[in-house]
Amino acid sequence: MKSRKRLLENTVHGIFLILGLITVGSVLLITVYLVISGIPAIREIGLVKFLFGKTWDSSAAEPQFGILPFILTSVYGTAGAILLGVPVGFFTAVYLAKAAPTRLKSVVSQAVSLLAGIPSVVYGLVGMLVLVPGIRKVFHVADGASLLAAILVLAVMILPSIIKVSVTALESVPREYEDASLALGATPTETWFRVSVPAAKSGIAAAVVLGVGRAIGEAMAVMMVAGNVANLPSLFQSVRFLTTAVASEMAYAGAGLQRQALFSIALVLFLFIMLINATLNFFLKRSKEG
Amino acid sequence: MEHKTISGRRKAYGGVMRVLMLFSVAVTCALALFLIGYVLCKGVPNLSWELLSTKPSYLSGTIGILPDILNTLYVVIATLIIVLPLGVGAAIYLSEYAGSKRLVAVIEYAAETLSGIPSIIYGLVGMLFFCQFLNMKTSLLAGSLTLVIMNLPTVMRTTQESLKTVPQSYREGAFGLGAGKWRVVRTVVLPGCVDGVVTGCILSVGRILGETAALLYTAGFAHALYGFFDGLQNAGATLTVALYVYAKEQGEFEVAFAIASILMVLALLINLAASLTGKYFKKRRSL
Repeated sequence: MKSRKRLLENTVHGIFLILGLITVGSVLLITVYLVISGIPAIREIGLVKFLFGKTWDSSAAEPQFGILPFILTSVYGTAGAILLGVPVGFFTAVYLAKAAPTRLKSVVSQAVSLLAGIPSVVYGLVGMLVLVPGIRKVFHVADGASLLAAILVLAVMILPSIIKVSVTALESVPREYEDASLALGATPTETWFRVSVPAAKSGIAAAVVLGVGRAIGEAMAVMMVAGNVANLPSLFQSVRFLTTAVASEMAYAGAGLQRQALFSIALVLFLFIMLINATLNFFLKRSKEG
Repeated sequence: MEHKTISGRRKAYGGVMRVLMLFSVAVTCALALFLIGYVLCKGVPNLSWELLSTKPSYLSGTIGILPDILNTLYVVIATLIIVLPLGVGAAIYLSEYAGSKRLVAVIEYAAETLSGIPSIIYGLVGMLFFCQFLNMKTSLLAGSLTLVIMNLPTVMRTTQESLKTVPQSYREGAFGLGAGKWRVVRTVVLPGCVDGVVTGCILSVGRILGETAALLYTAGFAHALYGFFDGLQNAGATLTVALYVYAKEQGEFEVAFAIASILMVLALLINLAASLTGKYFKKRRSL
C-alpha cells in the first residue's frame, strides 16, 4: 500500500517535472533548429559576404545574398520608432503613474490596453490606406510605402509596451522618496521628474529595451507598409526588414540556397533578439533590486 | 505666498513638463480613438450576413469569411486545450515541486526568452518542426501547436501569480492532516489556480486572435469549410491571415476592413473581459 502510494507520488512528480521542462525544451528546440538550418547557407556564401554584402538578389541567374540592407533597415527602423515612441510613451507613463486623476487614469489605461490588443495586421491595413497615401501626398514621393511609414507604424505599436512597463516601474517608487522631495519644497512636477523618474530608471530602461525587441521583431505590419524592396535604408524608399525578408520570400522560395539563406536571416534576427533579451533581463533584475 | 518662493525658471520647467505630459496623453488617446473609429467606420458597413455565412466562391465571384471565422475558433480551442494543462502543470511544478533554485531560474529564464521571441521566428520553426519534421503538413493543428509554445509563458506566469495567493498555511494544514503531496496539489493548490487560468485564457485568446506571422506558414491560407477535427488536419486561414491575404495579395480592402472591424470588436471585448475579471478576482481576494 505504502509503496503504491510512493509510486503514485513519484509518477506525479515526474509528470510535473516534464511539464516544467517544456519551456526549456522549446527554447532549445528553437535555437537548435535555427542554428542547424541557418548555418549551411552562411557557410556556402561566406559570413562576411552574407552579413556585409550590399545586394540581395536571390532569384537572379547569379544570385547575390548580402543582407546588410535588411540589417541596416531593421536597425534604422527600430531606432526611428524608438525616437518617436519613447518620448510620447515616457511622458504618458509619468502622467498616468503620478499626475492623472483616477477617472482619467482608468480611461487612458483602457486606451493603452486597446492599442496593445489591436492585431498587427490591422495596424498594417490602416497604415497601408492612411499613412502610405498620406506620405505620398505630403512629401511628393512616387510611392508612400517606405521606411518612414514603417517607422510611424512601429512607433505606435511599441507605445503600449513602453507605457505599461514604465508605469509599473514608476508606481513602485517608494512613496517616502516623493514625500521627502515635496517636504523639501520641490513642486509635484519637479518631484516626478527629478525624483520618481531617476528612482525608476532601470524599469524605464527595461521598457525601452522591450520596445526595441517589439519593433525589431514585428513582421506583418511592416510587410504591409514598407514596400519590401531590398534597398539600403533611406527614409522615403521602399525597404525590407529582417523579419519581412524572411516572411516575404518564404512562400515561393524553393529548395536550395535561396531557402536556406532565409533561415540564415532568421538566425541573425534571433541573435539580435537574444542580445536584446539579455539586456532586458539585466535591466529588469536591476529594477527589482533597486 | 507659496507661489512667490518658486522662481520663474522652475515655474517654466513645471509648465513645460506638464504640457509635454498632456500632449503625450492626448496623442495616445487620439491614436486609440482614431484607430477604433476609422476601422469601425470603414468596416462595419461592409459586414453583411452573406459575408459572414458563406465561403468564397470563384463561380459567383463572392467572398465569404465563414471558413476563416470557424478556423479562428478551431485554432483558439485547440491551442487552449493543449496550452492550459501544460502551462498550469509547469506553474505547479515551479511553485510546489521544484527543489533546486537553479532549475527554477533556468525554467523562468526560458519562459522569459520565449515571450521575447518574435512570432515570425515561431512561424519558421513551427513550419520546420511541426509541418515538416513531424509531417503534419500545413494544417491548423501545426499552427495551434506553434501557438501553444508562444502562449505557454503567458499561462505559466498568470498561474504562478495566482498560486502565490494560496496561503502557505492551507498547504501545511492539509499536510498536517496526513495528505500526500499529490492530494494537497489536487485539493488545495489546483483550486487556487482558477484566477490564473481564467486570466491566462483571456490573454492567450487575445494573442491568438491577433496572431498572423506565426500562422502564415504553419496553418496556411485556405478557405475551405470543415468540421473541427477535419479542420485541424487541413490548412486554413484564420481571420488575421485572411485579412492579410485579402488586403495585401488581392486588394480586397472592403473585405479586409470588414474583418478588421470584427477583430477590433473582439479586441475590445477581450480588454473588457480582462479588466472585469481582474477587478472581480481582486475583490474576491480582499474579502
